[in-house]
Amino acid sequence: MSEAVVSTLAIGMIGGAIRVGTPYLFVSLGECITEKGGRVNLGLEGILVMGAMSGYALSYLSGSPWIGLLCAAAMGLCMGLLHGLICSLPRVNDIAFGIGLMLLGTGLAFFLGKGFIQPQAPQLPALSLGSFIADPRWRSALSINALFPIGVLLSLLLHWGLRSTRPGLALRLVGDHEGTARALGYPVATVRIIATAVGGAFAGVGGAYLSLCYPGSWSEGLSSGQGIMAVALVIFARWRPLGCLAAAMLFGAAGALGPALQSIGISSGYHLFNAAPYALTLAIMIASCRPRQTLGGTPGELSLTR
Amino acid sequence: MTLNRRQFLASGVSAAAAGLLPFGAFAAERKLTIGALYVGPHDDYGYNQSHAQAVAKLKALPGIKVVEQENVPETVAVQKAMEAMIEEDGAELIFVTSFGYFSHAVKLAPKYPKVRFAHCGGLWQAGKDPANVGSYFGYIDECQYLNGIAAGHATKSKKLGFVAAKPIPQVLRNINAFTMGARSVNPEISTQVIFTGDWSMPVREAEATNSLADKGVDVVTCHVDSPKVLVETAAKRGVDVCGYHADQSVLAPKLYLTGAEWNWETVYKAYALAAQSGAPFANMTRGGLKDGFVRMSAYTAATPAKARTAIDGVKAKMLAGKFDIFKGPLKDNTGKEVIPAGTTLVQTDLKLESMDYLVEGVIGSTGA
Repeated sequence: MSEAVVSTLAIGMIGGAIRVGTPYLFVSLGECITEKGGRVNLGLEGILVMGAMSGYALSYLSGSPWIGLLCAAAMGLCMGLLHGLICSLPRVNDIAFGIGLMLLGTGLAFFLGKGFIQPQAPQLPALSLGSFIADPRWRSALSINALFPIGVLLSLLLHWGLRSTRPGLALRLVGDHEGTARALGYPVATVRIIATAVGGAFAGVGGAYLSLCYPGSWSEGLSSGQGIMAVALVIFARWRPLGCLAAAMLFGAAGALGPALQSIGISSGYHLFNAAPYALTLAIMIASCRPRQTLGGTPGELSLTR
Repeated sequence: MTLNRRQFLASGVSAAAAGLLPFGAFAAERKLTIGALYVGPHDDYGYNQSHAQAVAKLKALPGIKVVEQENVPETVAVQKAMEAMIEEDGAELIFVTSFGYFSHAVKLAPKYPKVRFAHCGGLWQAGKDPANVGSYFGYIDECQYLNGIAAGHATKSKKLGFVAAKPIPQVLRNINAFTMGARSVNPEISTQVIFTGDWSMPVREAEATNSLADKGVDVVTCHVDSPKVLVETAAKRGVDVCGYHADQSVLAPKLYLTGAEWNWETVYKAYALAAQSGAPFANMTRGGLKDGFVRMSAYTAATPAKARTAIDGVKAKMLAGKFDIFKGPLKDNTGKEVIPAGTTLVQTDLKLESMDYLVEGVIGSTGA
């Protein structure tokens, strides 16, 4: 391969990892918080789509993308809260309710979003980190949306918060061993409801990234399962926020692989390369499957692994 | 399809009657319900919008009622939607607008021999498929050829980009026409094609546009259901763009060279009036620029003056029916001769509707 080809591919993958990976980052951080508290929220896909729609709609109606972003987060918070509250009722299965929430969220977003497919909403601004580089391609790859650094900061903050703060400890304990948490006087249900609601808000922001940054338009085919794949991603990241960051970048790069390879002339087998993120999800699930033992870092109360 | 003798005679009689009576004399009296199915939303700045706009015009015709359903996936859901339109709303003519709907229309047609299923795309074959299914399509490759001329005049890097959904004949024909139009300006120009794998893949379309721009491509166009994402991404990257399906100039006013647009109104009106008056169903409806099936977007400030002159020249020939895009000798991009010297495939030639190659100058392959 010539140097030009390598640089094109590198630009595509690095730029793509950031562009395509950011929604994965937010949704997986959200799912990470939720699962740390011992619940699984499969409804994040619905929350993501709802966040994308409401963020775009509000940005269009108000003229400010930041109001749209806040609205998407609030929408996610409400839907997460709903999941948290209902799953706190006795004998409610969080997986089943999550699937219900996913269908509700996508259906509702499609219904309410009908009028917002055509209008152009104001977009969140981008930061030009590469303005000192002469190559316009690198400049474009490094023209990073404001949400990506926020996501990186959040994952660092969560890493520290889960490890070294009292609320972080409470969350981990509630997720790991309900009995002990109760004996120590932590309000188990409340902690879980808060964790699920916050997780929902993260997913809402992830959705707003899709509609307000990249690709930056609301349509019904906008999400290609990012919300569902985030669940697999959290397992792959072993419930560590920094792991989520790395995994999201990897998935982003995998998503960018298909178009990038075709642009350098490797065009046969593009269906396979386009399916890379999904194949990666499967491969990760198989590789991390241990029939006889639970994974390190698994929250003990998780219904997925219990 | 199984027609019994009585039905056959009845249809023959009504067809004859329609020929004898002054056209439209009793057409205005008869009530007709028309169904239309779209694979995406009706306002997608693209394929579905082009159909929905034309269907909307039908509503103004006397006696015609329209039932529509959007976001119908190319699965058995199509059959259910069509059956509901026939059974509940009494639809007698259905516009089956997505390419992948065809097999479902063919399955349902024998059950409802009186309903006309008009499918957009070139799959219907006389003798093999039911007589109450038909196909209509426009030679939009003529507009893509003109797009190519605009791109050929605008490009500085001599590299063009084409974001396509699937390597089906219509798509390949557009890619080839676009490339040939550009190479009529300068034979050094090449077109890089990227297949996204499906009709609506917003993230992948944006990613494809970005990777084309990274590679130095400075004019892009597409064949996906909604070009909105491509046009917006191109605008962000400062890359010129040729539109497709509908007019997207408002999305990138400074970079929109021109565009290939559908004009289904002509076709839909003809189908509706025929169904209303009982005139025979046109199983094969085709047309290009000169038939008013397709049209070009208006020029913008971004359209180079030279390109305007060149496009107007070729367009005039196309409108007079004196221009053939596909003529020999033509090689595909592997060097194989696909049209021998001396052979000209006119636009109506059905061979063009089973195109399975990319011409010389296209970088990419049709294989999956």
